[in-house]
Amino acid sequence: MASRKPSKDQPASFEWTSENLVWCAEQMKKYPPGREASCAIPFLWRGQKQQGWISIPMMEAIARQLSMPFIRIYEVATFYTMFNLTPVGEHFVQVCGTTPCVLRGSDALREVCKKVIGDENHVSEDGKLSWLEVECLGACVNAPMVQISTKDGDHYYEDLTADILEEMLSKLRRGEEVSIGTANPRRHTSDPEGDNTTLNDPTLYDGSRAQPLRELPDSTPPAPAE
Amino acid sequence: MSDLRKIKVNGHEVEVSSNLTLLQACEAAGEEIPRFCYHERLSVAGNCRMCLIEVKGGPPKPVASCAQNVRDLRPGPEGAPPELFTNSPMVKKAREGVMEFLLINHPLDCPICDQGGECDLQDQAMAYGRDGTRYEENKRAVEEKHMGPLIKTIMTRCIQCTRCVRFATEIAGVDDLGLVNRGENAEITSYLEKAIESELTGNLIDICPVGALTSKPYAFNARPWELRKTETIDVMDAVGSNIRVDARDREVLRILPRLHEDVNEEWISDKTRFIWDGLKSQRLDQPYVRKDGKLTPASWNEALSVVAEKLNGTPADKVAAIVGDLVPTEAVKALKDLMVAIGTPHLDCRQDGASLGGGSRESYLFNTTIAGLEQADAILLIGTNPRLEAPMINARIRKSWLDNLSLKIGLIGHQAALNYEYDYLGAGPETLKSITSGEGAFFETLKAAERPAIIIGMGALTRADGAAVMAETARLAAAIGAVKESWNGFNVLHLAASRAGALDLGFLPGEGGRDLAGILDGAQKREIEIVYNLGADEIDGVRFNGAFVVYQGHHGDAGARAADVVFPGAAYTEQSGVYVNTEGRVQMTVRAHFPPGEAREDWAILRALSERVGKTLPYDDLFALRRAMVEDAPVFGRVDHAPGAETALEFDLTKVGVAGSMSDEPFTSSVTDFYFTNPVARASKTMAECSSVMRGAAKLAAE
Repeated sequence: MASRKPSKDQPASFEWTSENLVWCAEQMKKYPPGREASCAIPFLWRGQKQQGWISIPMMEAIARQLSMPFIRIYEVATFYTMFNLTPVGEHFVQVCGTTPCVLRGSDALREVCKKVIGDENHVSEDGKLSWLEVECLGACVNAPMVQISTKDGDHYYEDLTADILEEMLSKLRRGEEVSIGTANPRRHTSDPEGDNTTLNDPTLYDGSRAQPLRELPDSTPPAPAE
Repeated sequence: MSDLRKIKVNGHEVEVSSNLTLLQACEAAGEEIPRFCYHERLSVAGNCRMCLIEVKGGPPKPVASCAQNVRDLRPGPEGAPPELFTNSPMVKKAREGVMEFLLINHPLDCPICDQGGECDLQDQAMAYGRDGTRYEENKRAVEEKHMGPLIKTIMTRCIQCTRCVRFATEIAGVDDLGLVNRGENAEITSYLEKAIESELTGNLIDICPVGALTSKPYAFNARPWELRKTETIDVMDAVGSNIRVDARDREVLRILPRLHEDVNEEWISDKTRFIWDGLKSQRLDQPYVRKDGKLTPASWNEALSVVAEKLNGTPADKVAAIVGDLVPTEAVKALKDLMVAIGTPHLDCRQDGASLGGGSRESYLFNTTIAGLEQADAILLIGTNPRLEAPMINARIRKSWLDNLSLKIGLIGHQAALNYEYDYLGAGPETLKSITSGEGAFFETLKAAERPAIIIGMGALTRADGAAVMAETARLAAAIGAVKESWNGFNVLHLAASRAGALDLGFLPGEGGRDLAGILDGAQKREIEIVYNLGADEIDGVRFNGAFVVYQGHHGDAGARAADVVFPGAAYTEQSGVYVNTEGRVQMTVRAHFPPGEAREDWAILRALSERVGKTLPYDDLFALRRAMVEDAPVFGRVDHAPGAETALEFDLTKVGVAGSMSDEPFTSSVTDFYFTNPVARASKTMAECSSVMRGAAKLAAE
């Protein structure tokens, strides 16, 4: 994991958009007075969606909003690796580097990122891309995979190869659409490639294997105590 | 509450309260449990895992004993008491494992670490650890953090016990410290590496179980086993914190707190702790006599003769004496006896001009007592900023505020940040008056409170209308029933360590005597020819102009500069003396080392002078002097006793202060710069540095 230190270049201030301000007020209503701190993570996440990353002025603004000491927000923001403490590209590529993905070739994906985007955790010169190796994102069945985050959302791109990823990145750079999910045309979501090879017996599904119940459990009253 | 449970610890049956944690229960059974993150006065974190023990019938793994209560133990078969083991193979293995993990990343720099010799990790690694390491990988390194001028950080040594974070948040009340990042990258830091804005930061050094937070001024000075430890009393404020002075040769090298539940618990303020470099500079180490307008070194013989001659050649009613803030009560007694022998009534111990004393003892004491504040259910602060005037009392109010959700605190005076929430009622006497007359919600709060406490500070009493403010406060105390059987809610918060003792001895203007203002006025008008200044340094020297001033004290400050003869005295670490704290608690300092050069103990100087004047004081040693003190004021006979509410029923509030008109001027705190309140502090470089850092921080905050 890269060093998680706040960026040296910090904006002078932070303002919520008017839409987010309304959203914040709505969220605050969920919690009783004195428990505003419960909003910390949702607010940080919303702030990250608004600005792309979490700046010190943003943390301080949220801390003030939730009547929390600055350090408490700072602790939360540095604890969770999903919060970016430095600016990221418009498309923030998170390459999974945990065992299943490595076994299926994520090292090649890292090389592609390095070649196309540059060093880890550095925004490309056009501001479009940046990348980071992350721990397991839980899509091992479609390894190797990356998650690409934009301000609009976070999506998984699975079953990648170096060539596919390279093409995806250049498409993203040009502002073209990239299809979400598995990149293997012979797969649908996480289903196996081709036909199923196990659990194919139709009797598994037609109910014929079920044994008729002789007696419902707990249907006879217990014998009275003597 | 005290629901007793029987448990067995290592086979021995003990009966303990079910509220105790397993760790406390094991300690009650006489077993030692190693720990790092657990601290009696902080919340339980349970993250160091060093206190693991075995619970029979519990989960088949060791249990963190600091985080489980006796009440949650399951009984054994057929209701047999639950059994705990602290010496089983499982516990031994668990401790070794935890210790091994803690040491993975802990540097082996004990030989250059200031904590060496008094390090929990060092001691516990010896007692509970394995004999060797199995790790060959590199250790992690952590960047140093900046935590202000007092705390040196070597964060690689940190074991993330988070005691410092909890201390700062809970006791000091400043949310400045935190544990950032996670896992292997976890680090303790102050927010964006700002200095911690608290006057209790020194305690972080004490609670840090390793050498991550150490004392910056003390860095690389000494090893604990080289130091001579003296248990004594602090005089930086009127709380009388219990301290331990560590000295080597004729040098104080550090000051640490000593446990006293009723005074300072186990904390001390930064001024108390880091004052020691001030004890070495600006010292008066030989007598001086002013010749041709310049103070020139002289022998004791010469200096004493000059003063004796002068005293003998001056009519008694042209002699006056004042007493400063750091003087032990013995010297006050000796000076008073000398002045009475000479025959002058012009005595005053209130160099700030506070309207105090003369009446009953309760009228100038902190009667609720410091520990008593924990029982209070409403507190009104008048003209005081306890955070600067008595940090230990402020910490106690905060503790009470945290424990007691219904505690209401009100403040009349300067609106300062106090680390707890309070209702700001107003700035000056008008507010006090309106509350006394029953207006406002806070009067109702006070009236409804069972144990209300009113704390009046020097900021309200050192004004020209101080006596009237005092009377008004007493009237309020009577109106809300603050003084009743077993509760006395009338409190005066002193600033000077010597003040309560001097008032107990009655070092006040006698019949027809002048008070401080009168003495100074007399000096200008040449009606007072000799002023004996015993350690009073807060008075501008110009105001003595015209009089012959004898200064007796230990630091070359304002008092010595204005003097014609200087007698070098001993500082509080250099003589045994009695001090009475603001509660009326009599405590005794002990000599940590001898005073420098030709400086002598204060009472001995006065005794020697009395002989030269021909009015020899009737005591030849300190014990005789103390016996005489007890005869004068029996309160000195009971060391470490705070009267509290004992005499509440005899306390007549109507006799406190002098009713009169009060000005509209708002109250201010008497302490503007916490780090510069006395001559020792003004001589200390560390205090100067703190002061400039804090002023910078205050300026930033104001912007």
